[in-house]
Amino acid sequence: MRLSRQSVVILVLAAVLYVVIRSVEAAELINPYWRMVLDQSLIITIGALGLSLIYGFTGQFSLGHAAFYGLGAYTAGVIDKLWGHGIFPFFILSIIAGALFAGFLAFVIGLPILRLRSDYLGIATLGFGIIVKVAMDNSNKLWPVLGGATGMSGTPQVASFDVIFVIAFLMILLVRNFVFSSYGRACTAIREDEIAADVMGIDTTRAKVLAFVLGCALAGLAGGLYAHRYPFLHPSSFDFLKSFDFLLIVVLGGLGSMTGTIVTAVCWVFLLEGLRFVLGQNFIDFRGVIYALILVITIILRPQGIFGGREWKMFVPVINVAGARKEDADRHVST
Amino acid sequence: MSVLKIEGLSKYFGGLKAVNNFHLTLEAGEIVGLIGPNGAGKTTVFNLITGLYPPTAGTIQFLGEDITGLAPYKVMRKGIARTFQNIRLFKNNTVLDNVRVVFNHRIRYNLFDAMLRTPRFSREEDAVTAEALEILGVLNLTERALDTAGSLPYGAQRRLEIARALAGKPRLLLLDEPAAGMNPAEVARMVELVRFVKERFDLTVLVIEHQMGLVMNLCERIVVMDFGQIIAEGPPAEIRHNPQVLEAYLGKGVTVA
Repeated sequence: MRLSRQSVVILVLAAVLYVVIRSVEAAELINPYWRMVLDQSLIITIGALGLSLIYGFTGQFSLGHAAFYGLGAYTAGVIDKLWGHGIFPFFILSIIAGALFAGFLAFVIGLPILRLRSDYLGIATLGFGIIVKVAMDNSNKLWPVLGGATGMSGTPQVASFDVIFVIAFLMILLVRNFVFSSYGRACTAIREDEIAADVMGIDTTRAKVLAFVLGCALAGLAGGLYAHRYPFLHPSSFDFLKSFDFLLIVVLGGLGSMTGTIVTAVCWVFLLEGLRFVLGQNFIDFRGVIYALILVITIILRPQGIFGGREWKMFVPVINVAGARKEDADRHVST
Repeated sequence: MSVLKIEGLSKYFGGLKAVNNFHLTLEAGEIVGLIGPNGAGKTTVFNLITGLYPPTAGTIQFLGEDITGLAPYKVMRKGIARTFQNIRLFKNNTVLDNVRVVFNHRIRYNLFDAMLRTPRFSREEDAVTAEALEILGVLNLTERALDTAGSLPYGAQRRLEIARALAGKPRLLLLDEPAAGMNPAEVARMVELVRFVKERFDLTVLVIEHQMGLVMNLCERIVVMDFGQIIAEGPPAEIRHNPQVLEAYLGKGVTVA
């Protein structure tokens, strides 16, 4: 394996970030509540990166992302609750199982529905999300352990900040490596013009299914971590509104920008929790108004999203082209 | 053996016979023009050859192999590349990536090589990048390699479409109105370019065009379509004076001055 200068920079920065966060924690400058919010922001980042692959890079509109997040959460949660009892290897195995299960279901439903055009795809994934939500609500009738509409508790809370941070970091690297490879090029070609991609020799169905499966598996992985960090799983945490959250993050960050997705995901979670304090208990429901307003204003002022397809330079592999103009080199996607 | 052999090809959209009993044989190294008034069915023929539409009837043979009804990406992998009348580049991707993506089906590294950046990944990526840059060099696009395709001026976008088609190492190149919207000087350059890439990449070329200057200069043989059918076929000099062709383009009762 050849480590590029950029990979070294990313590694060093991640290490610095980790040390800073840990020292702030050690100095007790942040209370457990905000530590929980921080962990949540990293978990949401992993899930949002999944939708970024599906929608931002491949152009496949999905309104059912939270369903896969929920499937991962319940799968990992129930495995560890029944058999793992918080033993570390079992915890890791259970979140991998959650990711695999979400990916498997994505494959099964992706094969037929990814043949649809984007707007119909949105409806089909929305339908799938509702099916999963209703199934969760009634799951106790099939298997009482799952708790149904009353929710499920009892999963060992063993996902520490360290584990979540390392996994989020690894996933960012893997997604970046995927995007900047022949696979990523196939995905963006499909997003730009599916017919032209087909005529240029790309097996579009295969590429779309692959992006969808990987994206949903990331959601499942995020769900598995969530189940091990928050003691109570409830179907309403994985409904249509949650899918909408992921969609907002990807669109606000800018389609086709990993950087945008990551930054927006973290900011979004902190914003939602921050508003809880700013608004006070009586006005908490106004959060919905404020975040809808943010969306409307962003779309009017900056329809291409905050990052507009641009990437942080360290994510983009350097290609030296003798005689090429340089100024646009960091511009992977523009609008 | 002929490069392309089309027999009895038809495509009906409901009652509309977009292409009706079309036939065409291309020998290796030929440049053939496909002309006809708007709506004559020329682009439909391209869409049938490249697999975008399944034909209603007829067969298409490429290098002796039946490719009728094959999916577009499979047709391309056999060695047929095309450009589009209304430019269809991957606009938000870089010029380089527009070309590199065409190499995808030849790439042998797998998902794990890509995710873990193995030596095999680096080796193949470097090779693909070098080859793509070579093609961009031939078409004089090196300077813009790292810009987005959508930011190129019109003429350069046309050239990039050809570069992208060539990246697939085709035997047969289908050009759909490569000189649309160009002025006479640009058309002349396009004629030179098509001749040049034909020799350099050892191609057979089928070109749809409305610019008579280009067709008459470039093509050794011309096929004229009207209402989905072939109405004339022959060398440019003959086609120029064919009464049926004049009638199709200009209407009845026109004589050659």
